[in-house]
Amino acid sequence: MSGPGFFDIPSDLQNSYFGLVGLHIEEALIPVAIGLAVALPLGQLCVRFSWLYPPVLWITTVLYAIPSLAFFIFLIDYTGATRTTVVIPLTVYSLVLLVPAIVDGVRSVPQETMSAATAMGFGPVQRYLKVQLPIAVPAIIAGLRVAVASSISLVSVGALIGNQGALGNLLQDAILYHRSELALNSVVTTAALAVLLDIALVLLRMALTPWMPRGDRAARRAARTAAVEPAARPTLEDTAA
Amino acid sequence: MSIFQFISDFFRDSAHWHGQYGIPHRVLEHLQYSFMALGIAAGIALPAGLITGHTGRGGNALALIATAARALPSYGLLVLMFFWLGIGLTPVMIPLVALAVPPILVTSYEAMRTVDPAPVDAARGMGMGPVAVLFQVELPVALPLILSGLRSAAIQVVSTTAIAAIVSLGGLGRFIIDGLSQRDYEIVVGGATLIVGLALAMIALFWLIGRLAVSPGVRGGR
Repeated sequence: MSGPGFFDIPSDLQNSYFGLVGLHIEEALIPVAIGLAVALPLGQLCVRFSWLYPPVLWITTVLYAIPSLAFFIFLIDYTGATRTTVVIPLTVYSLVLLVPAIVDGVRSVPQETMSAATAMGFGPVQRYLKVQLPIAVPAIIAGLRVAVASSISLVSVGALIGNQGALGNLLQDAILYHRSELALNSVVTTAALAVLLDIALVLLRMALTPWMPRGDRAARRAARTAAVEPAARPTLEDTAA
Repeated sequence: MSIFQFISDFFRDSAHWHGQYGIPHRVLEHLQYSFMALGIAAGIALPAGLITGHTGRGGNALALIATAARALPSYGLLVLMFFWLGIGLTPVMIPLVALAVPPILVTSYEAMRTVDPAPVDAARGMGMGPVAVLFQVELPVALPLILSGLRSAAIQVVSTTAIAAIVSLGGLGRFIIDGLSQRDYEIVVGGATLIVGLALAMIALFWLIGRLAVSPGVRGGR
């Protein structure tokens, strides 16, 4: 093969291949982490005060409908063409995906289990940390899987607002320099990142829920619900309400 | 100048309302691409999800396909298909369909799986055949969840159709891409506002479909 190769990153990106990979992971995971940090208390509030949940669901559904590109553009006016402009929308999307997942998970804890915990002398905080949260882990991880996958995919769109797309910037350069192998590189690497992080989350769930028999029907069922879009759930809630 | 100033300027400019580059024509193009992608995706994913959900077999393979499709970055896939297939509708349809398939596939599967077995048994007991049970009991009960999957797909497709403009097609993305390259922020913000409007219209559309299509007995709660 003549000309520059698959991993020859044009110098205008000021990054090596692995530099871009690192940047991409960072730009995708920081929003998920912030989203989780906000969604945990917010989800708990929605469980505590159930009147709060329907309006929160509505707001999050509407926020989720704002296209990433449009969101980036609106923010340029305030935060400029910086990494913050990419991080803020992705944080919002993560939050939107995680809140229903957490609420569903925490609500799935049976009343008997809660009563047993209370009878054992657990206070509200201890009960939350030692009973509710661990039982909600499969649902939370399910939400995280969708959030991480969408976050990884959306970081690339940041390339359109001025080189904030990490691996997505390769796509701009692929068009600019007519190098299709850069586009292939970007797609394959991004997809590989998404798959690897997904596997990592599944392993994390297995490690955190040792009581769930592996390869068992229950575990398989949890893996399947992982694939249900949390964003698709609200209508179920409001039709039930 | 504030962002709202840009938006109102954009919509007040009468030049933006006429002809091939006008707002109505771009909205139409945008909806055309979106519904075409959604139609193709539904044509693939609905039968697959409903059948596997009905029989209860192949759920794991389905989750795997959905996870894999979700891992594909739409924007990257578009650029790659543009290199491989050239300018046209196909390179745009491929990423959009890949985007719409996972939510439809998984929710329709899950919708059929979670149908309460009691009414199904009752229907059988009343002498309904398997086809009647499927169309008169299972599908109506599963409909709200199926619709929510379609809605989720529709919102994502309408938002993402903007990228069609990157490979020189029309749609509302044109305003964004052209505006960005001309450094005309007013047009960019105007286009983005229109896309948000369309995405929100999808929520309204599916709410309406739900009102009309879902049986009051199902809607009334569990």
